Amino acid sequence: MTTIQVLLTIMIMAAVTLLTRAFPFLVFPENKKTPEFVLYLGKVLPFAIIGMLVIYCFKSVSLFQAPFALPELIAAVFVIAIHKWKHNLLLSIGGGTVLYMFLVQVVFG
Amino acid sequence: MNKKTIKAAFPHTLPVFMGYLFLGIAFGVLLASKGFHVGWAILMSVTIYAGSMQFVAVSYVVAPFQPLSVVLITLMVNARHIFYGLSMLEKFKGCGKLKYYMIFGLTDETYSLLCSAEPPEGVERKWFMFWITLFDHCYWILGGAIGCLAGTLIRFDSTGIDFAMTALFIVIMVEQWESTTNHLPVLIGIGSTILCRVFAGEQWFIIASMAVILLSLILLRPFFERKGKKVFEEVQQP
Repeated sequence: MTTIQVLLTIMIMAAVTLLTRAFPFLVFPENKKTPEFVLYLGKVLPFAIIGMLVIYCFKSVSLFQAPFALPELIAAVFVIAIHKWKHNLLLSIGGGTVLYMFLVQVVFG
Repeated sequence: MNKKTIKAAFPHTLPVFMGYLFLGIAFGVLLASKGFHVGWAILMSVTIYAGSMQFVAVSYVVAPFQPLSVVLITLMVNARHIFYGLSMLEKFKGCGKLKYYMIFGLTDETYSLLCSAEPPEGVERKWFMFWITLFDHCYWILGGAIGCLAGTLIRFDSTGIDFAMTALFIVIMVEQWESTTNHLPVLIGIGSTILCRVFAGEQWFIIASMAVILLSLILLRPFFERKGKKVFEEVQQP
């Protein structure tokens, strides 16, 4: 990719990201009432989307080839357990990432 | 823009300071490992300012130029922000020009702070929310810059560092799980995405799962609402 193409890629991402954040404010201006249907989706969608994003992160993991998704599974279980226990963002994210790096580089590397 | 407002806003942002510094460093290191210098990390963190999106961006800036695909993946990864805006419609009313920056900076973390943080007596709400947004943005830029510099200066094996993004999503999922008794929406999200990944393949499964999720939630609306308003009302924003 050329420098211009990298710049364009970044600009597109910035613009589309801003669009997703501004969308509700454009569709429902300050003086208008938000429809019930939209409020319903606004309430339930964030939960479904986060489930989708977690699976999205594992999109390239193969269950049928060594190491059979073991590093991902171990690190994910660790993050869930330590976060339920301590509720410390740094510990959960930092600890989980270091564990995962150790698993893929040393244990299963 | 006074000292009192800044002093009131800063303590609220400390958890995000920790989280963003680490995630930002992970992003910076990853970007440096692809041969980009710190200017690029800063540019991306200032303009895109979306954690998960910037990890995805790293794989796009080293691939052949594909603008349409960039638009689609950004829409897919950030579509959830649409729903954050929905619950800020009321809070951002009357914020004047500050509103534009606050909309730009409405990340997962800033959103969750703005949902709960209340300004103390004598501090104007709009400036309070503005400073929280600005602090978070600075942490994110700082983390990315530190990570990219460290990654450029010290060579080390960063394989697997992108797990920071996975860990962040898992953490948000755990917090959401604990905030409600209705786990059906998140299970629908997980289930549909696994199914679509198996049947639709790596390239199309996100669009497919968004469609399946939307359809399922629309079809389930009467069920959620008939099962008693209580179950439905307990579904709150994270």
